[in-house]
Amino acid sequence: ATPTHLLLCSSKVFIQRHYSSGTICKFQTKFPSELESRIDEQQFEETIQTLNNLYAEAEKLGGKSYLEGCLASLTAYTIFLCMETHYEKVLKKIARYIKDQNEKIYAPRGLLLTDPIERGLRVVEITIFEDRSIGSGR
Amino acid sequence: MKNCEYQQIDPQALPTPTPTPQPHHGNDTEKKKEPRRPRRKWEVFPGKNRFYCDGRIIVARQSGVLPLTLGLILVTSGLFFIFDCPFLVKHLTSCIPVIGGVLFVFVLITLLQTSFTDPGILPRATPDEAADIEKQIDNTGNTSYRPPPRTKEVLINQQVVKLKYCFTCKMFRPPRTSHCSLCDNCVERFDHHCPWVGNCVGKRNYRFFYTFIVSLSFLTAFIFGCVTTHLALRAQGGKGLVFALQESPGSAVELVICFFSVWSILGLSGFHTYLVASNLTTNEDIKGSWSGKSGEDVTNPYSHKNIFINCCSVLCAPMPPSLIDRRGFLPADESAQTGSADIELPTLAAKSEINVCTQGTKGLLESAALSPLLSTSCPQGKPQNAHSCPETSPALNSDPTSEFSKGCRGNHTSSSHGDTSRPRHTKARSKKCRREALHIPNPAFDVPVSPTSPDAAPDSKARSHKGGSLTPLH
Repeated sequence: ATPTHLLLCSSKVFIQRHYSSGTICKFQTKFPSELESRIDEQQFEETIQTLNNLYAEAEKLGGKSYLEGCLASLTAYTIFLCMETHYEKVLKKIARYIKDQNEKIYAPRGLLLTDPIERGLRVVEITIFEDRSIGSGR
Repeated sequence: MKNCEYQQIDPQALPTPTPTPQPHHGNDTEKKKEPRRPRRKWEVFPGKNRFYCDGRIIVARQSGVLPLTLGLILVTSGLFFIFDCPFLVKHLTSCIPVIGGVLFVFVLITLLQTSFTDPGILPRATPDEAADIEKQIDNTGNTSYRPPPRTKEVLINQQVVKLKYCFTCKMFRPPRTSHCSLCDNCVERFDHHCPWVGNCVGKRNYRFFYTFIVSLSFLTAFIFGCVTTHLALRAQGGKGLVFALQESPGSAVELVICFFSVWSILGLSGFHTYLVASNLTTNEDIKGSWSGKSGEDVTNPYSHKNIFINCCSVLCAPMPPSLIDRRGFLPADESAQTGSADIELPTLAAKSEINVCTQGTKGLLESAALSPLLSTSCPQGKPQNAHSCPETSPALNSDPTSEFSKGCRGNHTSSSHGDTSRPRHTKARSKKCRREALHIPNPAFDVPVSPTSPDAAPDSKARSHKGGSLTPLH
C-alpha cells in the first residue's frame, strides 16, 4: 500500500494564571472556546484543577517546609546543593502527571499539553492539532 | 481562508529502536559526540546577565561593587584574625576566633549565594504567547485611536491590584514582579537591585540576602566589639590609646571600617526585618503601594496578618525553582537559527519530510506525544491572525532531557566552595535525568512505518511534494 501523507496543522491556546489568591501558582479553569469541539469541559477542568492542587502542594507552607527552611538557614543554605527541594520533587510529579494526561486523554483527541515550567509557569499551553490527511493512496 | 503551513511527521525520527542511518535527525543534540556542539539556553539568554561555569553561576552584567564588598569583608576579617585574635585568645577566651570564624564563613557563603543565584527571573514570553496576548488586548473593544491600555486589574484578597504589561518581556507581569532595567529582566517579588552584591534581590535569593545582612551585622558588631576590647586592654596601665594603636596597627583599620559600616548595616537589617515581618518588598515600601496614601483603605494583600507566619513564608517557604533553565539544551533548530554555521542538515524539528503510513491521526499523535514533533502555529481562520513563526512543540523538543533537567536542577546556588563535590553531583543528577528521559514507551507499536526513505531534498514545505494533491499554502 502506498503511504498516506499525514499533515498536521496546529494552533495554540494559552491558559493564563489566576491571581485572586495572591502570587501562588494557579491557572484559570475557564474553558476556552477553541477546545469545545475537542474535549469535555469537565475533563479539562479536572486536569487544570489537579495541576493547581499540585502546585499548591509544592508551595505549601507547613511544618515540614518550615523545618526544611530553618535547617537550610542554619547551614547557610548549602544543603540546597545536595538535596532535592520539596518543590522540585513536586515538579517531577507534575511532569509525570502531564505526560500521563497527554498519553491517555489529550493526544487521542489531537491535543497536547505543555508543562507550564517550560513556559516559566506563566501559562498552560495547549496545542490543537488538526488532521489534514490527504488521500490514502491505495 | 486558513493560512497554515503543513508539515509532515517522520516516524523514523521518533525515538524508537528503528535505526536511523541518515545523519540529519535532531533527537541527539545532547550527545557530546555530535560534530556540532549543543548549545545551552544560557548562551542565548536575552537579559543582561553573565554566566559562569557553563551556566551554573549567574550574575548581573555590571558586577557593581561586589569586589569592594568582598574586599572589605576579607580585609577586615583577615586583620581581625591576624592582629586581634592572638591577643584576645591569650587574655580572654579562645571562643573568640571560633565565633568570628563561623560568622565570617556564614557571611561569605550567603554573600556569594545572593550574588550568584537567579533572583527569580521570569523568562520572556514565547512569540506565540506574545501574539495571543496582543490579540486579547486588541479585542477589548478599543474603538478610539489611542493605543489600548496595557494594564489588567485583578482582585487579590479583596484588594485591587494592577498588573502592568512589560514591553520587553511581552507579557503581563504577575503581581509583585518588576522589570529591572539594569539586568533587563522581569524578576518575581522584586525587592531591589543591590550594587553591593551585584545582582537583583528577588523571590529566590531574598532569604540569602537577608541572612547575609543579618550575619554581616553580627560580624561587624562582633569585630567592632573585639577590637575595642583589644585596644582597651592594651591601653590599660596608663599606656594610652596611641601606644595601643602603634602596637596593633591593623586594629586601627578595622576600627574605622567597622565604625562606619556598622550603623548602615544594622539599619539595613532592621529595615529588612520590618519588611519581612510585614511581607513587603523594598519596591512596594518605596512606592507606598500599600500605605494608603491615596486615602483609600488599602492593605497589603499578601500579608498573612501574623508576624510569625509572614517571616516563615518569606524565609522558610519551599525554595522555588529557577524558571530560566540555564543549563538546558536548546532544541536543535534554535541552535541552528542562532547562527551555528556548520550544521549539515536541518533537524527534524524544523524541516524534514516523511512518508507515513498510519492508522489515523490519533494513533500517530499518541506516538508523537512522546517524541519530537513538527508543528506550526496557524490561525484558526480569523482575519486578524498574526501567527507566523513555525516553532517546535516545546514539550517535545528534540532533547527530552531538558524537560527533566528542570526537575534535577539543584545547582542554582554559587560554587563558592566544594567545587569537587558539585560537578560529581551534577553528573549524577543528570545521569538520573537522562535515564528518566529515555524511558519513553515505544511509540511505534501501532504505527507501521513505510520502508521508503524520505525524499532527497528535505523540504519543509510540503507543497513541492509528489502527487500535487496538496493545496498550496495561503
